[in-house]
Amino acid sequence: MGGNSPCASCKLLRRRCAKDCIFAPYFPSDDPHKFAIVHKVFGASNVSKTLQELPLQQRADAVSSLVYEANARIRDPVYGCVGAISYLQNQVSQLQMQLAVAQAEIVCIQMQQDPIMVAANPQMVLGQADDDDQAFLLQNQCFNFANNNSSSSAYVNIHESLKKESIFGDIVS
Amino acid sequence: MNPGRCAACRYLRRRCPPDCIFSPYFPPNNPQRFVSIHRIYGASNVAKLLQQLPSHLRTQAVDSLYLEAQYRIEDPVYGCVGLISLLQQQIHDLERQLAMTQAEIAFRARHPQAVESSLLNNVGNPSFSNQASSWFM
Repeated sequence: MGGNSPCASCKLLRRRCAKDCIFAPYFPSDDPHKFAIVHKVFGASNVSKTLQELPLQQRADAVSSLVYEANARIRDPVYGCVGAISYLQNQVSQLQMQLAVAQAEIVCIQMQQDPIMVAANPQMVLGQADDDDQAFLLQNQCFNFANNNSSSSAYVNIHESLKKESIFGDIVS
Repeated sequence: MNPGRCAACRYLRRRCPPDCIFSPYFPPNNPQRFVSIHRIYGASNVAKLLQQLPSHLRTQAVDSLYLEAQYRIEDPVYGCVGLISLLQQQIHDLERQLAMTQAEIAFRARHPQAVESSLLNNVGNPSFSNQASSWFM
């Protein structure tokens, strides 16, 4: 036993803290709350099984992510981390739209400042476009924007043109 | 009249009472749902969590538990936290790009003459757009 104080897990579980206790490296006795929340959400035996199945060098990261998830679930018992994922995905979508609008605005400015030069050298101002189709779409959206002066319709069209398929789109319904 | 045991009680090999807390959310035709959730959270933890929630929120809770359990089974080290990190990085990159683009817009609005003459001088120069971007860094 060596007289060492038990780790937070063994203190909470009221058991002897063995020398090779699987929890001890990750749940020190000075932070009882950390294990308490993980135990509340996942259960000590599930955490133990998870850690046992992982190589040593990955266990610290696994504990950190379990603590993160447990905290999220306690703060939001209905949605947990999924609530955070939805929120972040929404933020990504909004930023992508804002960026598309800003990039289209630059194209418009360039065309207004020197349309002849831009027409002669489209690759210079549309250089950020990934391909010719995207460059063409940007150019057309700018004409629509300038002619209609309807920012909402151009905004939607630009978004559709530049929308990238979200790799997480089908994960959260 | 007896509709049979829910997926949870079947898995736990016990009688499924009429007021079983699991049965509305774990129908017998989808056993995998309970298996995944039980593997990560444990049946008693899930039961305690559901008991603390009003009944109209329990379906969403079980759905989110199932999703998180799937992430954790697929990635035992990071679970869904890996996705959260990725999204946060994506947001950071997009915010940086947006700031740069907005700075360029502001610059062009303030110095149309400078941009125009520079454009004329850089006709055919493919690296011009890179140079322009560097003005705002």
